[in-house]
This record gives sequence, structure tokens and C-alpha cells, in this order.
Amino acid sequence: MTEWVSGALFTAGATLALLAAVGVLRLPDVFTRMQASTKASTLGLGCLLAGLAIKHPDISVAIRAGSIGAFMMLTTAVAAHVIARAAALTGAPLWTGTWIDERRPRAQPPADRQRPHDHGQISNS
Amino acid sequence: MIGGAALAILAVAALLAFVRVVRGPTLPDRVVAIDLIGILIVGMIVVGAAETGERAFLDVAIVFALISFVGTVAYARYVERTDKP
Repeated sequence: MTEWVSGALFTAGATLALLAAVGVLRLPDVFTRMQASTKASTLGLGCLLAGLAIKHPDISVAIRAGSIGAFMMLTTAVAAHVIARAAALTGAPLWTGTWIDERRPRAQPPADRQRPHDHGQISNS
Repeated sequence: MIGGAALAILAVAALLAFVRVVRGPTLPDRVVAIDLIGILIVGMIVVGAAETGERAFLDVAIVFALISFVGTVAYARYVERTDKP
């Protein structure tokens, strides 16, 4: 039973890490790549650590696995923020489909992406 | 058996991230991919520790996660000081 649960968690964690890598490879700009990398890899590593703690039910293994998980969850967010700040400050190009840019507050969305309520002319009758 | 399959999947993921390191196109892209490769290596060490039952590997994983984080922050600082993205 324990073997099955830990095996399933290992498979799920490795697959989530593979999804993160596919996202880093295929998404269009650096900010979308970053969110694929940080979210999926944190969850994938969490699944791997849970599988380890279930396969070896021992207090020393559990403490180490928990400390690795807590540390990664803290540092991944900080590292992603630092990289995003560096990318924004150096003017990394955004994807062409992104039209909300907080660095340019008055930017208007392109015409084909405006929603009806942006004009205030369509009634709800 | 399952551990071997998980290691193979993680290796494929590291290979895909390495393709992003090579292709770029900007420096922050490469930093993101290198950060992901560090996380994948921590995952490989965890799977290896589970398969062999060797607890020293977990200490190695903790130290590697620490050094990977410091390296990522240092790369980001370097990116901020260069003009070209």
C-alpha cells in the first residue's frame, strides 16, 4: 500500500516537473514562462517530498523533507520576484497578446480586444 | 522501478529546460530556465534518496537548494546591471 501511494506521488511529481519544463519551453514571453516554472515545479517537488516521507516513515526523513519543502516554497517566490523585477527593469519584451502593462498605465488595449463594457454604450435590456 | 521512471521523466524535463537555456532569446529567459534546472536537480536527489534509502542525500538536497537560490539571486542582480535584456 505504502509503495503504491509513494509510487503514485513520485509519478505525479515528475509529471508536474515535466509540465513546468514544457511550459518554460513553449510559453511566449519571460513572465509567462516564469509562472509555469515556479508554480508547477513547487507543486512537483512537494509531491516528490511527500512520496519520500511516505516511503520512509521515519522522523529524521520527515523533518528533512518538510524543511526542504518549506525552504523551496519560500525561496521560489523570492527568486521569481527578483527575476521578474530584473526582466521588467531591463525592458524584456512582452507577448503581443498582453495589453495590460503596469509600467505604462495609460496604455489602451488593441481594438479587437476591447470588451463591450469598456465603452459603456451597450445596455443590458 | 517507479523511481527509475520518475528519474527518466525528470531528466527529460531538464533537457527541455536546457533547450530554453540555449535558445534564449533574452537573459532573464535563461535565468528562469537555469532556476528550473536547479529545482529539477533537487527533485532528482530526493528521488535518489528514496530509492537508495540513503539519508545523507537529503542533506545534499538542502544544501543544493540553498546554493541554487543564492545563485539565482546573483544572476538576477547581474541581469539588472546590464543594459541589454
